[in-house]
Amino acid sequence: MIEKLKEIIRHRELIATLVSRELKARYRGTVLGFFWSLINPLLLMAVYTVVFGFIIGGARAPGFEGNKWMYALFLFNGILPWTWFSSSLLESANVLSVQGALIKKIKFPVEVLPIMVVTTNMVHFILGLPVLVAFFLIFGKPLTPWVLFLPVSLVAQYIFTMGLCFLVSALTVHFKDIKDILANLITLWFFATPIIYPYESVPRALQVVLNFNPMTHIIESYHYSFFMGSLPHYKRFTITILVGLLFFYLGYLLFDKLRDTYVEEV
Amino acid sequence: MEAVQVRDVFKFYKKHADSHKFLTIKSALVNKTLFGDLEAGERFEALRGVSFALEAGKTLGIIGENGSGKSTLLKILAGISRPTAGEVVTQGRISALIELGAGFHPEISGRENIFINGVILGLTRKEIQAKYEEIVRFAELEEFIDNPVKSYSSGMFMRLGFSIAINVNPDILLIDEVLAVGDASFVPKCLDKINEFRRHGKTIIFVSHDLSTIERICDEVIWIRKGLVEMRGYPKRVTDAYLEYVGKKDEVQTLARHGEEEQEAASEREKRWGSREVEIANVRMFDGQGREKYIFQHDEPLALEFDVAAAAEQDDFVFGIGIFNSEGIQVYGSNTLLENLVSQSLAGSGKVRLEIPALGLVNGTYFLDIAAHKRDGYPFDYHHFQYTFRVTSSHRDVGIARIPHRWQFSGGIAFRKDENP
Repeated sequence: MIEKLKEIIRHRELIATLVSRELKARYRGTVLGFFWSLINPLLLMAVYTVVFGFIIGGARAPGFEGNKWMYALFLFNGILPWTWFSSSLLESANVLSVQGALIKKIKFPVEVLPIMVVTTNMVHFILGLPVLVAFFLIFGKPLTPWVLFLPVSLVAQYIFTMGLCFLVSALTVHFKDIKDILANLITLWFFATPIIYPYESVPRALQVVLNFNPMTHIIESYHYSFFMGSLPHYKRFTITILVGLLFFYLGYLLFDKLRDTYVEEV
Repeated sequence: MEAVQVRDVFKFYKKHADSHKFLTIKSALVNKTLFGDLEAGERFEALRGVSFALEAGKTLGIIGENGSGKSTLLKILAGISRPTAGEVVTQGRISALIELGAGFHPEISGRENIFINGVILGLTRKEIQAKYEEIVRFAELEEFIDNPVKSYSSGMFMRLGFSIAINVNPDILLIDEVLAVGDASFVPKCLDKINEFRRHGKTIIFVSHDLSTIERICDEVIWIRKGLVEMRGYPKRVTDAYLEYVGKKDEVQTLARHGEEEQEAASEREKRWGSREVEIANVRMFDGQGREKYIFQHDEPLALEFDVAAAAEQDDFVFGIGIFNSEGIQVYGSNTLLENLVSQSLAGSGKVRLEIPALGLVNGTYFLDIAAHKRDGYPFDYHHFQYTFRVTSSHRDVGIARIPHRWQFSGGIAFRKDENP
């Protein structure tokens, strides 16, 4: 495994090149360019703010004191990293077949493709961070030094997402129906993660269920370090990192095991 | 020193037909179809024990019919797919020209694509920077290099792809039929570049259907048939043996098809029309010895024969033929009227025979029109593109017809006959 990781690191120039290709290609030919990577989470935030903040009354949950703008801020805090996660999963389901020419026609390290997907979406996420910070300033909510916890959350999310994406990209080559299941699964997963509601507002029994979802703790860590301005729940977070590593290991194992089949199946 | 060694390589593919359609995750895990070995019935055996070694600095041609395993072999040599059994050992950097421009992104510029494609092919950005000018110049894209690749013509696309791949500066160059898509002026340039590689002592493996190019640039040729090395040796010897094999096989197929086509003909309106007051049937072709034949040498005699039957007696009738090449261009056409034969009477049945003492055509497939009609064109029975024959020739001349000719030189011009062109 260590050898394989070194191998991946050797490909960093290739990964960097492909990521910048994806970024350039995505915005080439669009008028708004890079703002598109912000517009999607912003629209999502706007919709949820209207629906849950104004209509259903999500802002009444503890921590917002009825302040709808605080609720919007909270939403954006969670939706931004969630978009990174969900887009990565959805794109990794397609990436091997979309980039089929690279696999079939060139000697090419296939693992670079899901890595490219997760990394590209991470860059989108990072580009969105200044906007998040700007919202905090605009709404007059102070940021604390705990914001510096961000890189840890980032690494944890990267590892967990990467593991899942290895799994998904390898399996969709053989079972095309995963693509359809995935979209629904992600919607379900979104509501099973404390993004549009705070973790604390959930009944105790349900919290236990939420705890089994690694994304709960990853999103919570963003909530803690930004919105609440405190140290994340370090015990849960440590376990989440370990679970993430396990997913990464298993995901890569399967991806590597099926490596020879991609040339023929994509 | 051997640059490439292939030892007993097997490659099996999963047959896609039905087994795959109903594959679910559960059955994959239970039956281990995902990880296990394939049973004999489930697999397609693309390579069945191929071995050869190639000395560094040599150029090897690989020929064979479609589906014989040539491309599979090349992909294994390139490291794209792994052999089911056996091993491949190569010395040095490999560049495979299997698909040019794989990984090009249509939305971004040629310049950026050079860097991306170069990195994909294993160069560092620094190496690409050093070769950038050369790549652009060779591809003849100086003016267009900042345009997005989607605006390129297929020729420009191919030139850029070739130029990058060749500038990877490999020790071993693998080429799979990519030159087939190039524009006429670029292909000679590619061949020049390949020859330059040969002079620099690089090893080249060249897969192609273009036998004359194979004969021209290869030191040795391997003929792959049904996943096995059928023959290996001096280019001309192998290509001749291959041509003979293909010719024989074609002849059997063309003979078989000949029968079928005549049967289908009646149902296909657009291929046959007319009142059928006079009917044409049983069209066949013979060589000089009177043997039924559908593949001819360029200068062989051909005799065309068909039966004619008239339901009622006719006095106004014309028989005609047309010969078309595969591009649909009429090579020759004539009829009895044009040759001043005035019809007198046709009663019952008869036989028409047209003899061509020497075909005088170039390599290719030809189609025949055969017709019986009135002098004013009223069709009795018109068979359009119903019959085919082929011309195979060792000559490499091109055009529509092979015009009889002879070269003559005088003064200070000297030629030598190349016994092994």
